[in-house]
Amino acid sequence: MLGGGLMAAVVQVPARGAQASSGGRTHLYGYVVDTHKCIGCGKCVEACRHENHVPENYYRTWIERYTIYADGNVAVDSTHGGEKGADALEKKGQIDRSFFVPKLCNHCKEPNCVQVCPVGATYVSRQGVVLVDEKHCVGCGYCIQACPYGARFINPETHVADKCTWCYHRVLKGLKPACVTVCPVGARQFGKVDDPNDPVGKLIKEARLQVLKPEMGNQPMVFYNGLDKEVR
Amino acid sequence: MLHEVLTQGFVFPNEIEVLWSLMIVLYPYITGLVAGAFIVSSLYHVFGKDELKPVAKFSLVAAFSFLLFACTPLLFHLGHPERAFNIMFTPHFTSAMSGFGYIYSFYLLVVLLEIWFVFRPDIMARAKSSTGPMKALYWVLALGSMDDSEEALHIDHKITSVLAAIGIPSACTLHGYVGFLFGSLKSNPWWSTPLMPVIFLMSAIVSGIAILIVSYYIVMIVKKQPVDNPCLQSMYKFLWGFFIIDLTLEFLNELSGAYAQSQSWPVISWLIEENLHFSYTILQMGICSIIPLVVLGFVALKPMSDMLRNRLGLICSALILVQVLAMRWNVVVGGQLFSKSMRGLTSYMPTFLGREGILVAVILFSMPFVVMYVFNLILPLFENKGEEAQG
Repeated sequence: MLGGGLMAAVVQVPARGAQASSGGRTHLYGYVVDTHKCIGCGKCVEACRHENHVPENYYRTWIERYTIYADGNVAVDSTHGGEKGADALEKKGQIDRSFFVPKLCNHCKEPNCVQVCPVGATYVSRQGVVLVDEKHCVGCGYCIQACPYGARFINPETHVADKCTWCYHRVLKGLKPACVTVCPVGARQFGKVDDPNDPVGKLIKEARLQVLKPEMGNQPMVFYNGLDKEVR
Repeated sequence: MLHEVLTQGFVFPNEIEVLWSLMIVLYPYITGLVAGAFIVSSLYHVFGKDELKPVAKFSLVAAFSFLLFACTPLLFHLGHPERAFNIMFTPHFTSAMSGFGYIYSFYLLVVLLEIWFVFRPDIMARAKSSTGPMKALYWVLALGSMDDSEEALHIDHKITSVLAAIGIPSACTLHGYVGFLFGSLKSNPWWSTPLMPVIFLMSAIVSGIAILIVSYYIVMIVKKQPVDNPCLQSMYKFLWGFFIIDLTLEFLNELSGAYAQSQSWPVISWLIEENLHFSYTILQMGICSIIPLVVLGFVALKPMSDMLRNRLGLICSALILVQVLAMRWNVVVGGQLFSKSMRGLTSYMPTFLGREGILVAVILFSMPFVVMYVFNLILPLFENKGEEAQG
């Protein structure tokens, strides 16, 4: 197992290293979502909206509820992005399992959105946070089409691309993102990837975490514990 | 607004609203007409297809007129159109989109130069024969160059051929590139196929020839002049040939998706059966493909009266214009009607009014024809009936 990991690292490190040195950026932070803990209360979505003035009906983060029935059917819902908590579940048969999955921008190491921005308005900060320069963005929406996670939208007030910044303004002050701070069950965690004393760094290093759509090759920096095969 | 959108299954909350609207459908459509019209012009100027002489100037000016308005739909779509030139001032070269401004500008320059050299004899003749302000206008258009010696005209002809030869790869690049904008997005399985640039290019050529046939026919009716049958017959043949290639590629594209049965195929097939049933299955791959494919075959190969041939050719050209428009719609809008959750579909219906509505689209699409009309008032798009028209 470890050998396999090392092999992968040996193959991938040179490419990543070259990228990091040419871009002069490091991916300092990571985000861990524990789907076993999330209760779908929606406090994180609400906090994000207030903290970042996210317009109604648009989401920098949202919660999906998955219900997997015994006959194999999968039902997914996210009414109001889960902001007001989940609706009462309409049972359509014997349920095998049901759980919540919080979603947000994955702040990928190799972000599609940054690659495709024609004017360089979306970029990776020195700390590895994917940001949008709203004074430079032309609002073409190419980044929105390129994001495999549906994490971006055109802000109807600013008319430029908008997305989760991991509350960059808070992180720069040493605070955690709003969603992490308000989560009552610790389902969302944020910290320094390479710091062995940071619980998030330790988790990313030691726990068997997964990322969304790894086949896209974007190398997300949001990691999931207990990610079901039905989650995309 | 968002609550009114009909969705099925699970759509990511930010994907309920379709972002790239009717304007982004119009953009590749107009760009395609440019490429196709230019190819027809080059068939005469470079490849010596003399039978196309009656539409040689017209096709060149048509390409120019469509090119002038190719970017305008984008301006109506951009969140910040006033920042549009950022794409040229601060290009981000890892983006497929960043090169558009340069490719577009280069091609516009090539077409403009070619038009000037092609029309130089007309400009000089009119500068000599007209009086007053019109004479001044033609002098300005001639850029002070009034050398109409045989040697000068021979050099003009050589330069025109070189420009046309440069223009062909430029036209192909421009439209293949538009296809690449979609084909290179790995996040979207409906777009992400290496065939996309080639399909865009072929459909561009097809639509350009078709619009020339329809426009030429209408212009001749308005001018009460007979059409040039050998010219039309040649265009029908080229249209048929390119259409066969275009359709084959479109069919192969769907076939490979269906056959591979990848993870995304269930949602793609759902999209085709549900939201694109009319625009894709019935229009693009059905009526507007099969009828022109079969009928144009007869028109191109079977002896028949000129009147019947032209009527059938005209109908097929009109159907092909609808086919290509449907193709642009199905690619651009269709690619946004399914969620990247791969579990749901959303819907889109353009509004009539509004910045990205049908009315604006119709006005923008009409503008190139206004340019052609004005151009024709100043310089002749068609040769005199007595000299060229044979029908």
